[in-house]
Amino acid sequence: MPIISKLVNNTVAKTGITSAPPGPNDPLLRVEDLRAYFYMDEGIVKAVDGVSFEVHPGKVVGIVGESGCGKSVTMKAILQILEPTAKIVSGKVSLRMRTGSDDPNSAEEWIELTRQKPNSRIMRRIRGAEIALIPQEPMAAFSPVHTVGNQIMETILLHRKVSKAEARQIAIDVFRAVGISMPEQRIDSYSWELSGGLRQRAIIAMALSCNPRLLIADEPTTAIDVTTQAQILKLLRRLQEERQTSIIFITHDLGVIAQMADEVVVMYLGMVMERGPVMTIFKDARHPYTQALLRSIPSVQSTPRVKLPTIAGSIAHPFNRPSGCPFHPRCTRFMRGVCNTAEPRMIPLGDNHFVNCFLYSQETAPAADTAAPAAPTEQSA
Amino acid sequence: MNGIENNVLQPEGHNQPQITEADALVDTEELLITTQEEERISVASNWKLVWWRFRKNKLAVISAILLLFFSIVVLVPDFFSTHDPEATNARLAFIPIQNIHLIDEGRLRPWVPAVSGERDPVTLAMVWKIDETQKIYIRFFARGYPYKILNLIETDIHLVGTVDPEQSDQIFLLGTDRLGRDQFSRLAHATRISMTIGMASVILSVILGMVLGGISGYFGGWVDNFIQRLIELLQSLPTIPIWLALTAALPRTWSPEKVFFAITIILALRGWTTLAREVRGRFLSLREEDFILAAELAGCSRWRVILVHMIPTFTSHIIATSTLSIPVMIVTETSLSYLGLGLRPPAISWGVMLQEAQNIQTLALAPWLLIPGLTVIIAVLAFNLVGDGLRDAADPYS
Amino acid sequence: MSDGVNPNNSKSEQASSAPLLEVRNLKKYFPIYKGLMRRVVNHVRAVDDVSFFVREGETLGLVGESGCGKTTVSRCILRAHPPTSGQILFREADGTVTDLAPLDRKELARFRPQMQMIFQDPYGSLNPRMTIFDIISEPLYVNGVKSRAQRSEMVAELLKLVGLRPEYMQRYPHAFSGGQRQRIGIARALALKPRLIVADEPVSALDVSVQAQVLNLMLELQEKFNLTYLFVAHDLSVVKHICDRVAVMYVGKVVELASTEELFETPRHPYTAALMTAVPVPDPTRRDIIQDLPGEVASPANPPSGCYFHPRCKYAESICSTQTPDLREITPGHYVSCHRAEELQLAGISGHKVGISS
Repeated sequence: MPIISKLVNNTVAKTGITSAPPGPNDPLLRVEDLRAYFYMDEGIVKAVDGVSFEVHPGKVVGIVGESGCGKSVTMKAILQILEPTAKIVSGKVSLRMRTGSDDPNSAEEWIELTRQKPNSRIMRRIRGAEIALIPQEPMAAFSPVHTVGNQIMETILLHRKVSKAEARQIAIDVFRAVGISMPEQRIDSYSWELSGGLRQRAIIAMALSCNPRLLIADEPTTAIDVTTQAQILKLLRRLQEERQTSIIFITHDLGVIAQMADEVVVMYLGMVMERGPVMTIFKDARHPYTQALLRSIPSVQSTPRVKLPTIAGSIAHPFNRPSGCPFHPRCTRFMRGVCNTAEPRMIPLGDNHFVNCFLYSQETAPAADTAAPAAPTEQSA
Repeated sequence: MNGIENNVLQPEGHNQPQITEADALVDTEELLITTQEEERISVASNWKLVWWRFRKNKLAVISAILLLFFSIVVLVPDFFSTHDPEATNARLAFIPIQNIHLIDEGRLRPWVPAVSGERDPVTLAMVWKIDETQKIYIRFFARGYPYKILNLIETDIHLVGTVDPEQSDQIFLLGTDRLGRDQFSRLAHATRISMTIGMASVILSVILGMVLGGISGYFGGWVDNFIQRLIELLQSLPTIPIWLALTAALPRTWSPEKVFFAITIILALRGWTTLAREVRGRFLSLREEDFILAAELAGCSRWRVILVHMIPTFTSHIIATSTLSIPVMIVTETSLSYLGLGLRPPAISWGVMLQEAQNIQTLALAPWLLIPGLTVIIAVLAFNLVGDGLRDAADPYS
Repeated sequence: MSDGVNPNNSKSEQASSAPLLEVRNLKKYFPIYKGLMRRVVNHVRAVDDVSFFVREGETLGLVGESGCGKTTVSRCILRAHPPTSGQILFREADGTVTDLAPLDRKELARFRPQMQMIFQDPYGSLNPRMTIFDIISEPLYVNGVKSRAQRSEMVAELLKLVGLRPEYMQRYPHAFSGGQRQRIGIARALALKPRLIVADEPVSALDVSVQAQVLNLMLELQEKFNLTYLFVAHDLSVVKHICDRVAVMYVGKVVELASTEELFETPRHPYTAALMTAVPVPDPTRRDIIQDLPGEVASPANPPSGCYFHPRCKYAESICSTQTPDLREITPGHYVSCHRAEELQLAGISGHKVGISS
């Protein structure tokens, strides 16, 4: 669309982003040192404090973390849908955007998402068409007074130049693609008429309706049963393979991560603790938090009725983030004077594996055990 | 591997100043709250939290102070009066407001011009008007007519009075009405009656509402059905005609106290229904809460569950809603009395005082008779702001 | 009607000790009203003929997905609801066995101290207006300990048991995190020294690292006080970790009941096997194990005929749609409710298949 390209070019020119077009090996989305803070009466909450990762085309990135780690806020910051009390303080989020909307082979450009105004034309175009969100609660994501078909058609009509009849057909097709039987009838039902599994599929359908290149799935299987979860995970994998969509998969369930992700990002209290390929993280985790996390989860493979190793203490309140490395009060390898005084930096360990820990930086590594790998990540069955 | 004892990954090298016997326990928790500020918050009961939130609302705090002032007037209206509110003096009718001058001959000595009489040469009637040449000096905490504080302590000190006690009944700070009664003193006494009627009827509604709403919500079944239909019946009756009818039906021979009592009940009869509905709703949802089940499993009797576990969770909400109902009652009583149907003389309320300001003639002649209307507005506004502030502060989002 | 799970009839050797709790043919139906006159048009069969037993000192897991009735069973046992029919036999310390099902409030009062509950939601299970001291001492106060000094001492002991600092008993629940609140709930449940604790999904709402802490605490307390747990959960990994025996429920019925090891290694019911394979394993080398189960969970208001599971079962035959299978003992201590249980070879956790070939 010539209008769209002109718009994009204008915006690009105004915001003065780099004009070098993205190459085929560049990531689809690059997050660099993103910081987003909440400004509240009681103080400042540094919900996201220096998060960096990349999402490559066609890959699944799993973001793992417990409550307070900032994973949802990161996603909201990327899509610029933060609450009014929150602000992106610094950092860069770059997206490889297609300038021609429907043409997969069109030219691409880098867009800096953080420099856009949340309500700008360009952000609204990106949301839904380039990046789609699958929210956590399928019930809350649908309006109870509109049919699901209506809502999907609204999304389609916003982003594509099609007629209402065509939009309805696209909606029916995408319903079929996500495995909803009798799509022609189901399209006219209300969200509360659908069961949990169907609702989740309908949400995924809505997210896919405009062929986004990146899907952000925010804990999509937390609220549903395990057998339905298995169906949804299988569906997501199939869709990802068919359409080469990238997925950012947010969850706290390490089992789901192991099954779905190509790369893993481990977050704690607003910072990335470790990231790398999924095999490496599970077999050779280096960060004490990752190691402890992997060891403390019960799994169907582990020995029953044996006490699980736990992480001492509890997650600090976001108002009270510890100085330096946020994990240091609970860390078994804490180095006094080092870990509590300065924030650690991401250290590359090769093969796309990064760890954010003083144990592995040249200057501060303790004498003998830099090379010591983690204890086995699973207990023997 | 070092650092694992009892399967807990113990932090090494930490200087934990607060460790005591906590170390000996497996899987201990170091509670994260340590600073003084958080200590304060964590032991703060719900009321404290509500108060802290309320304090942030400046408008509500100012209104609350205003209401506090009103309450003092309610308690000792005589302190704020200069005359006996019922003393009539036909000669002194329709005296306008005497302006208070603060400076006298260059010094700070507040004075009020006196009222003097002159015979009109034509009609030979006495005409009383303000004479700026004669000065009556006033002061705070002056001596005036004797009265009893709360019917217990005798005193004769008033907030405002004349320097010379002999002149104490010659100042009319808010003018007089057609019977020569001092409006300033009457206003103070009217405040007492109007505010008390408002609060008494709200208290009655709250009691009725909570009891009936609670029974309805907790027990359910046919009791619930019956009470709900009763509420619907009462709510579908048109309020103004009912009030008019009921108050008109009160015998003229009843003493003011009896009438007061009757009006309170009449106002409360309609007011309890909304609160009952809300209380019932709360009970219905609370019944499903886990902590209520826990109380029942512990062996609590039904009454204990209701009184100790359920009701405290929404008392702050009830107080907020009731505060918002008080202005409704005040305005209702004022309107009824203004129409001659509520309180009657010799009882004094804002409505009764406003009765004097009913026709255009009187208004043209003596516009200061409308001042009680201003007090109604101020009181209603203040209650509304405080009620809103309380409701926002009590909102259980924490 | 099945002949039920009767420990005395069981061929298992361990069944000689009398159970602490035995549930026989428990049913709980909730009526569905329609119309102005609120006629009863149908029932939600939340619990539909459930039988099992729990021995003293052991942990029985109750597993299933949403709508299977496990929470309703747990609440019926504690008599939060009166059951529609069936027996709840509870054995007291002196050996007397009483059926709790028909008892009224007054008669139940003396059983209350012996059976307590741990709730799922750490935020809804503590009264926000009461201090921790009030919350934990409430059972003590109501059961005769009126002296504040005495209660204070007891509450301090209980807090220490669950790993919390006693001096924090003056705080309010809003000062604590989810894991800590769950510990407070556990302390409250222990106050009356119960013999049976029903834990309704106690760790589902907690962060992963905190789950382990609370599970360890529960194991430790069980050892210390010889507690018996009825552990309701939907997470199979947690169930495997803490339970001795497991009952799997589907739409109000128990479909399989066995020791944990047997259930996970050699499941005999197709639904159990499907559940096992649906759980994502935290091992990226075993990626293609997820097999899904077609269709949706059946509705307890309108269950299918015959075996409730037959529309989704890949081994279903004609008998499965006409006749509801009984829960019967297939090997000592292992009960299944399936017509084809003997013939089927089902894969367990390690991928082994057992059973007589069909």
